[in-house]
Amino acid sequence: MNSSVFFDISAGAYIAAMITYVIYLVLRNKTVGLVASGITIFGFVSQTAALIIRWINSYDFWMSSHPMSGFVEALLRGAPLRNLYESLIFFVWSIILAHILIEFKYKNRSLGAFVTPIAAMALLFIDISGTSKEIQPLIPALQSNWLLFHVLLSFLGYAAFGVSFGAAAAYLIMVTESKKEMPYIIGSVIIAIFIIVLVGMGIDFMSLSSAERAQLIQSHFLKASLRSDSGGVAAVSWVVAVAFILVVWQFGLRLKSVLGSLALTHTMLDEIEYKSIAVGFPLFTIGGLIMGAIWANSAWGKYWTWDPKETWSLITWFVYALYLHARFVGGWRGKRVAILAIIGFVAVIFTYLGVNLVLSGLHAYGSG
Amino acid sequence: MEELEEEKEKKDIFESIWHFLASVKLAIFVLITLALSSIIGTIVEQKAEPAQNIALLAKFFGDSAAPSVYNIFAKLGFMDMYGSWWFTSFLVVFSINLIVCSVDRFPKTWRLIKTPQKPLSGNAIRSLPVKKELTFKAGLNTVKDEFLNGLKASRYHVLEATEENSIRLYTQKGKFARLAVYVVHLSIILIFIGAIVGIRFGFKGYLNLPEGSSSNVLYESATKSIPLGFYIKCNWYETEYYEDGDTPKEFHSELVVIEDGKEVLTKVIQVNDPLTYKGITFFQSNYGMMPNARGKFVLDITPAGGQEKRLRLDFGDVFEIPGTGIRGRVHDFSPALTRDRNTGRLTSYSDNMVNPAVAIEFMPPGGNNFVGWILKRYPETGIIPGGHSVKFADYWGVEYTGLQVSKDPGVWFIYIASIIMGISLYICFFISSKKIWVEITGDKKAVSVVVGGSTNRNRLNFEREIDKILAHVSQAIEGRSK
Ligand code: HEM
Repeated sequence: MNSSVFFDISAGAYIAAMITYVIYLVLRNKTVGLVASGITIFGFVSQTAALIIRWINSYDFWMSSHPMSGFVEALLRGAPLRNLYESLIFFVWSIILAHILIEFKYKNRSLGAFVTPIAAMALLFIDISGTSKEIQPLIPALQSNWLLFHVLLSFLGYAAFGVSFGAAAAYLIMVTESKKEMPYIIGSVIIAIFIIVLVGMGIDFMSLSSAERAQLIQSHFLKASLRSDSGGVAAVSWVVAVAFILVVWQFGLRLKSVLGSLALTHTMLDEIEYKSIAVGFPLFTIGGLIMGAIWANSAWGKYWTWDPKETWSLITWFVYALYLHARFVGGWRGKRVAILAIIGFVAVIFTYLGVNLVLSGLHAYGSG
Repeated sequence: MEELEEEKEKKDIFESIWHFLASVKLAIFVLITLALSSIIGTIVEQKAEPAQNIALLAKFFGDSAAPSVYNIFAKLGFMDMYGSWWFTSFLVVFSINLIVCSVDRFPKTWRLIKTPQKPLSGNAIRSLPVKKELTFKAGLNTVKDEFLNGLKASRYHVLEATEENSIRLYTQKGKFARLAVYVVHLSIILIFIGAIVGIRFGFKGYLNLPEGSSSNVLYESATKSIPLGFYIKCNWYETEYYEDGDTPKEFHSELVVIEDGKEVLTKVIQVNDPLTYKGITFFQSNYGMMPNARGKFVLDITPAGGQEKRLRLDFGDVFEIPGTGIRGRVHDFSPALTRDRNTGRLTSYSDNMVNPAVAIEFMPPGGNNFVGWILKRYPETGIIPGGHSVKFADYWGVEYTGLQVSKDPGVWFIYIASIIMGISLYICFFISSKKIWVEITGDKKAVSVVVGGSTNRNRLNFEREIDKILAHVSQAIEGRSK
């Protein structure tokens, strides 16, 4: 059986859910909200099925090349967390799971409009980055249980950080009085840049032949727009990008009145923002940093080499440690810590993708 | 007088230094500095050839300025930043900050834990962050019992103080969870200690061992060797490939530890499965071909229906397939045989042994010599007319195994510290330290109740918990009065 049909269905459902959540925010119609939740759950079920099918397929794939393996070994080696594509899919799955849990716990749908876009963007990124969707043979360094748990826990942590990012963004909009407030400016600019990079990669993707697409991340990043060799194209792209940032900054606050009229309170958003970090921080510490170090030690005999991927994980960790201390000991509250939650997630994205886009590391992970 | 003044001044200075080192402001500053400077270290290539970084800097500063910028950066230690004196100093300040801050705060937390909880009056309860007031048409003792039940059901161990017309209940849970942050901080220090132990008492190096050879040293750099105290020998190295294509499936080497002339340990190592002897660990790290080496062709020969026999041959050697009169001669070799798509000729597509093949010239008794290429990865290419089989087992003695060698007595420290960190982080975030007070006043017919509490985290959860207990209690009291 092929899992891709189910993946496509779930991708379609999440994008539809994102649109429906936004409509729900605007219309505040209960039926629309129910539909949005329904679509999300439908997508989630479909994606879960797809993950299971893919797991079975890669179990068979492993067995065919390693007929002597035991059941558990093949199950672990076949776990669909083996390359960039699969890890992104898993990230989307976890963030939707977190979203569904929050929706049930807080009996409130509005956060969906802020979380589903992250999932939709990740799915979009999978398509435009041209990451390979094939089940590939595992090279020796990746045949490790530590690596598997490392990836699994890291991505659960990333998903929690993603939720806190969504909550922090919503929070910022809710509590901001004027567009001139610094936290709002920083927040809106970061979110706008996020979208610009993604759209830029979409343009790269469309301008490339399919052979070149495989190299998109390594050699063509934003080459069709901001980093174009043609001065004219680059100049226009920069103007458009700056204009877009201004638009996001200008109109982002419009969401405020919408948010304000919902049952969403800023205390609740603040709490979700913190709680997601409280869940994500231990997961990321244990899964991301510690198990990553154990894996490196078992594969290379060095638990820490300061390679860019490791260093960026540490930077991410510092940002969230900063968040916790600023909040609980430094007396920072509200908008200032919300900015830290946003910066933290930017560091997550950079650790995960930027290191491969911009820097190159010793990790085979994420290069394919 | 004078002296006392001086003493006091000294104390003031000491105190202000202490406060500075204990402050969270300093922690925030150091964390930001470490994060920002780490970013530089991921942009500038660490420990790289100068030319590489000059080319990189040229992209930011232009070709003419790049070399001087490079020199400034190099003086600042950016080219080997994580080992530079100032980065190390920041780590030291970070540790001192962490220790001083924890030492500074610990006594207060400890007192908080050790001080027994006292009952509170209604007015005091009303000033707590979480509070609720209720009235019941029921007797004092009934209400008290139900509160005891309700709190016990939520696993609170309740104490009570009784006065005339009023009963005060008080209870707390999870007070030791307050210590978890100190353990988190301690585990960070333990990790630093583990790293220092590793640097001080361990070593890291590499060793390239050709098949069949042995060594009693490893290399830290091209010029610096470290004695092992025993010999390590590589019997063979081999790369295994997935069937379709050249994706490596496994790299493995057979290593032997030889001490005092005796073989004490033999193990086939692979990536993620190293060999450890006397605290020194040998990791499979890479492999390669030795230039100009001549190896042995290892062939497994089986006449149709007969026994397999292993031969080790040099280039040009002649052998016979037993009992058949067919002779063979090692005629040619390719480390990576392929057929050129355009010309149709056989060529090698790599210098590494990706697809090794040997050409054997077969000489059957009646003449009609022929040459056959036998591929190691495809044993079926070795079946020759008559059903005899010649398998190409290895071209031995030309590859070396690249070993990463390390001794790190600090690793266990770090693993244990990591476990401690994991557990204490969990406690720190998910177990709150909660206190609840209740005052019930009234008589046999009607009472009023004040309930309040405090928690060190997850206040909304705590409020929900209290609401739940109260709902439970109210229901029970109503049930009784019916
Ligand atoms: C990156 C390293 C660090 C980590 C991972 C870390 C971890 C933590 C955690 C998880 C908490 C609990 C936060 C909460 O209540 O939610 C905490 C609290 C705290 N940390 Fe750190 N910390 C680090 C560095 C530091 C440093 C350098 C200082 C030095 C001033 C410090 C001082 C404190 C203080 C004062 C508290 C509050 C303790 C209390 O509640 O009584 N931390 N830390």
